[in-house]
Amino acid sequence: MSAIINVSHLSKHYKEIKAVNDISFAVNTGEVYGFLGQNGAGKSTTIRMLLTLIEPTSGTIEMFGMNLQTHRKEILRQVGAIIERPDLYKYLSGIENLSLFARMSGCRKTNEELLAQLETVGLKGREHSKVRTYSQGMKQRLGLAVALIHDPQLIILDEPTNGLDPQGIADVRNLILHLSKHHGKTILVSSHLLNEIEMMADRMIIIDKGAKIAEGSVKDLFDPSRMLIELELTNPELVQSQLQHSPWIQYLHAQRNNKIVFQLDKKQVPDITAALVQMGAGIVSLQPKHSLEEYFLSLTTANQHVDDFKN
Amino acid sequence: MWTILRIELFKIFKRPRTYISFVAIAAIILLIQLALFLDGDTYVRFMLQSIESTFNIEGKIMHGYLICYVILQTLLIHVPLLIALIGGDMIAGEANMGTLRLLISKPVSRTNLLLSKFTATAVYTLLLLIWMAFLSLLLSILVFGTGDLMIFKSQQIVILKSSDVMWRYFAAFGFAAIAMITVAALSFFLSLFAENSIGPIVTTMSIIIVSTILTTMDLPLFNTIKPFLFTSHMLGWKGFFDDPVNYAAVFKSAGILIMHIIGFVGAAILVFRKKDVLS
Repeated sequence: MSAIINVSHLSKHYKEIKAVNDISFAVNTGEVYGFLGQNGAGKSTTIRMLLTLIEPTSGTIEMFGMNLQTHRKEILRQVGAIIERPDLYKYLSGIENLSLFARMSGCRKTNEELLAQLETVGLKGREHSKVRTYSQGMKQRLGLAVALIHDPQLIILDEPTNGLDPQGIADVRNLILHLSKHHGKTILVSSHLLNEIEMMADRMIIIDKGAKIAEGSVKDLFDPSRMLIELELTNPELVQSQLQHSPWIQYLHAQRNNKIVFQLDKKQVPDITAALVQMGAGIVSLQPKHSLEEYFLSLTTANQHVDDFKN
Repeated sequence: MWTILRIELFKIFKRPRTYISFVAIAAIILLIQLALFLDGDTYVRFMLQSIESTFNIEGKIMHGYLICYVILQTLLIHVPLLIALIGGDMIAGEANMGTLRLLISKPVSRTNLLLSKFTATAVYTLLLLIWMAFLSLLLSILVFGTGDLMIFKSQQIVILKSSDVMWRYFAAFGFAAIAMITVAALSFFLSLFAENSIGPIVTTMSIIIVSTILTTMDLPLFNTIKPFLFTSHMLGWKGFFDDPVNYAAVFKSAGILIMHIIGFVGAAILVFRKKDVLS
């Protein structure tokens, strides 16, 4: 499967703040790719760089096999997006907004085609109402119609379910899955809600504080055969020094205060427990992390990543 | 670029606030015309009181041409505010609404987008002046008729033959268009640095007020910078009502204003091309 987006060592720094720090990832044609991270993790900054709203400090972005800097127009012609909120012209009607952005995207649509698009997103009957009279859910649906009107190959959705009620969230999710499965669209969708990404994405990237902390398929990231074990220790410093020279270091996932997280096969749990006891770790508790939610939290709340620990 | 320009014009003329300027101008002009229609003689007596003892003036003084001149003098000081209302909103307003990021994510170059927006602002400015010309000149001529135009300048009285006036108004409105587009360019440039339109509008007016004060103060310190301030040249349209017209001075003023327009728009393009859109 070929990559439709190829991001390499992308960074965006604002003076001393590293909003995005050396992120690399690839999105394959036809897949739904989740972009997961807490608020302020750097998701929107990355997406804004993909859409040329922000200039990267360093790194390269290739889309459809072309460099974004040199082939901006050709690339953006094939991209539809919602960036954070679907803000549209409130003093224009839904159909006027749709027509305007269709022309901006380089395509001219007939009135019937515009109406059909609005019907697809459930705005039939409100096409001629001013957007200021729309509810949040209707604005979100109109935003989706705007993103899709020029039939783009790649759809980038930044927090598309923000502010929606449960029915609205389900509608957006179903639409994304429908576009992927029945129309072969490639979709990059960001969210701070893990279950949302879990239900939609084939693969995902998890970022925190501007840096990538994990990437892979949902299955890979939370494979029951590679469970996460969180141990609370009385003597974490001692373990820290002893682990450097131990083969168990390869399973070390994260460490926070007196808690340490390993990712390993279930069968290895008795062995690592024995090894830690031998190191004089003083195990207070041992907790398996069973869900992806727990996995996500363990990654994003750990204030010291495994790389720092290993160093 | 033509498509984006049409979209920008469509957006401008779909906004109710756009028409505030047209209504405001119509209201002021109609009020002045009504006042002069009802009590024009008092105004003429007041105007002539300083020279009545020296000259014997006969004939029709209050007519459409004079009324248009009075209106132009009054309104061209206030119109910049109405122009800044739109110019200052062009980018900052989009940032405030959140639509700027959607526009930039479309397959349109930033330079094209910016030039289209500026051209739309210039078209709005021209239409506002055409509206002003229609009401102040044509309507005044229809209601008050025409005649020889007598203008009081600081050092002289200029009397222009009725047949020699119309072209001067067309030229004056043309010059006023350049002056007002300069204001539009300034507010447009300032609009890049804000996320709501109040800031650029207030800053534009502040710059005009400060520059006008510098222009009118006769201090040696300011005399060196005066020729380079656009406000020193904004009233250059009055030059078309000299007899003979000092074309060199008028064209120089127009040239300086055009240089300002190019400067403001050029700077706007440079800034906008590199600007991170965070709104």
